[in-house]
Amino acid sequence: MNDMQFTDRAVEQKETKIAAKDVNVHYGEAHAIKDVNVEIEDKTVTAFIGPSGCGKSTFLRCLNRMNDTIDVCSVTGNILLDGEDIYDKRVDPVQLRAKVGMVFQKPNPFPKSIYDNVAYGPRIHGLAKSKAELDEIVESALRRGAIWEEVKDRLDKPGTGLSGGQQQRLCIARAVATEPEVLLMDEPCSALDPIATAQVEELIDELRERYSVVIVTHSMQQAARVSQKTAFFHLGTLVEFGHTGQIFTNPEDPRTEAYITGRIG
Amino acid sequence: MPTLWLVASLLLLAVAGFVVGRQRALSTAGGDAKELHSLPSYYGHNVAFTTLVPALGALAIWLLVQPMFIESRVSKMIPDEMAPDRPTLGLVMSDVRRVAEGLDIAVARGALSADDARSLRTEFTDVRGRLGEVGVALGADVRPEVLRAAQRYRVMSKTGNRMMGIVIGVLAIVGFAWSYMQTHKDFRARNVVEKGVLSLLILAASLAILTTIGIVLSMFFETINFFKLHNASDFFLGGTWAPNFRGDSELSILPLLWGTLYISFIALLVAVPVGLFAAIYLSEYANNAVRSFAKPLLEILAGIPTIVYGLFALLTVGPLLVNTFGKGGALGVEWMAGATSVLTAGVVMGIMLIPFVSSLSDDIINAVPQSMRDGSLGLGATKSETIRQVVMPAALPGIVGAILLAASRAIGETMIVVMGAGAIAKFSANPLESMTTITTRIVSQLTGDTDFASPETLVAFALGLTLFVLTLGLNVLALYIVRKYREQYE
Repeated sequence: MNDMQFTDRAVEQKETKIAAKDVNVHYGEAHAIKDVNVEIEDKTVTAFIGPSGCGKSTFLRCLNRMNDTIDVCSVTGNILLDGEDIYDKRVDPVQLRAKVGMVFQKPNPFPKSIYDNVAYGPRIHGLAKSKAELDEIVESALRRGAIWEEVKDRLDKPGTGLSGGQQQRLCIARAVATEPEVLLMDEPCSALDPIATAQVEELIDELRERYSVVIVTHSMQQAARVSQKTAFFHLGTLVEFGHTGQIFTNPEDPRTEAYITGRIG
Repeated sequence: MPTLWLVASLLLLAVAGFVVGRQRALSTAGGDAKELHSLPSYYGHNVAFTTLVPALGALAIWLLVQPMFIESRVSKMIPDEMAPDRPTLGLVMSDVRRVAEGLDIAVARGALSADDARSLRTEFTDVRGRLGEVGVALGADVRPEVLRAAQRYRVMSKTGNRMMGIVIGVLAIVGFAWSYMQTHKDFRARNVVEKGVLSLLILAASLAILTTIGIVLSMFFETINFFKLHNASDFFLGGTWAPNFRGDSELSILPLLWGTLYISFIALLVAVPVGLFAAIYLSEYANNAVRSFAKPLLEILAGIPTIVYGLFALLTVGPLLVNTFGKGGALGVEWMAGATSVLTAGVVMGIMLIPFVSSLSDDIINAVPQSMRDGSLGLGATKSETIRQVVMPAALPGIVGAILLAASRAIGETMIVVMGAGAIAKFSANPLESMTTITTRIVSQLTGDTDFASPETLVAFALGLTLFVLTLGLNVLALYIVRKYREQYE
């Protein structure tokens, strides 16, 4: 494993895709996220790390307003996507989620065929004018999900019949099929074995060419392997945010160092 | 009364068994409970159960068998010319029992001595008068054969009861003694009690199953009797339901089946959309406050007795429909003659089934994992798109199961159709006409004077069995579908 050779990674400046300013999240009485400021760059993999319950998943779900589906959750502050506030009244969360796709912790293919799983997003957003065009979208999404070769002969079989790793790549292909600009991944490998994890990680690295990817992970090795930027969350606050190489080799905050070296968490 | 005393003394013996069994176990261990294989109370339970269970089981069997045995013996004393066939014999035997009972009462009151009761002869005594004095009224003068049979009956049941007491008592004491002897500190009382508990549970489970089998068999034999008297092809394939008592009834199930299915179909037409939409609202849209009062409120519908729904059909829905479709009604048409119709019964039955469908569907929709919804919402689908395209397809097999259960309930429903649908058996596609169902015909064939030798009465069993097979099939299908659905997520 060459996962500690990241100091020589390309660190050229890219434009900001998502900017969060003074974001606070409350679950009823509980204050889950406290004054988080972060700028997520385009065409970059940003990793959120931190101990369980530190708020990294909650913050991730703020970025495509998935927290709206939870009654007791309230979000304050500004989150700008390409300079526009996504919590503005004029923004339709449904359209936002088409732009900011999400892959979940547990693979969750719909109980439909593999083809229908991938075609689901393009169909509801009317992305394809004809059957042939839809076929094309499905194929390219499955190729980008690095699963085309495995499923091309059984597109009409149920997606739930695939193995865990295949299911997760199918879910990534499904998210990619709607042509999002940002891809959020909530611990996408936590339910997978090491081989499937390696495949998904490789895929994430390829996705970076087209999308801004934000990944929440419990595995620091994974963060080090796949990300260019890393944010460390602790008890609802963003402790430190910077280049992955710097966070893992030369953290500024003692809490980051303590977490990375395994003393808290 | 003696049976009650017997049971009471058995219980007393069991309690005593518990105490001495526990003590003996403790004393074999030298008073130290830690030396015992099991907790002391297990030894007590072992003795108590071994005393009680075989004795009670034997008692139950004895109580079932003895009357049958005596009956068959005594009925041989009745001469053939007095009871030419089985029903008459049954009547005579009930006379015998009444006289025997009367003699018992007379002896108990002191109006007769025990010897008198045994040696009483109709030739010398006015038995009817003597028994009348102690309050036992007899319809006719007592025939000598009946009196002799009654006296024999008394003697036999007395001996029977005495023997029962002895056998049960011996059984209990043997059980007591045997388990008491076994009680020792190394005896595995805990395992024995465990087995006892297991067999108790198996007994309870098999009792329910045996009852079902018993019900089916009793219907089955009566159905066979029916088909001996009536042509099976007329029953299953004929087109007319017209029972009469001249002996040439046309008893075909088809018009009734048509009415049953038609009414059930209309009921489902009402219940399925309303129930399903209610379930979707409650499980997907309603917040906790709404759900917490709306769901129980909806389920109250399920608690309303069906006779009340019948009244609702008769007094509210029926007249309402007549005012709309009947003569001088709102539409100015004359399609409906009376308040009872397929539509009346169907609509009201549909209302009855709403909570059935909504409650089951609600559970099934809730069982669809949240991750499915998240996945769809995360792709930018709206809530209703998510429900239509992901949640419903995932829940569909379960919902179909729920609908089939509702259908079997609709097919078996009686009271609403009695009051709402009318009593005319016919084939018609017009929902505003009255029709009738299998269940209501069973009721009408079995109420009033019934003669269990005529096909007009026995047809009820054939109808009942057909209905049973129909609903059983639907339930099995529903269970199969629901089970298949479960495998998808586990």
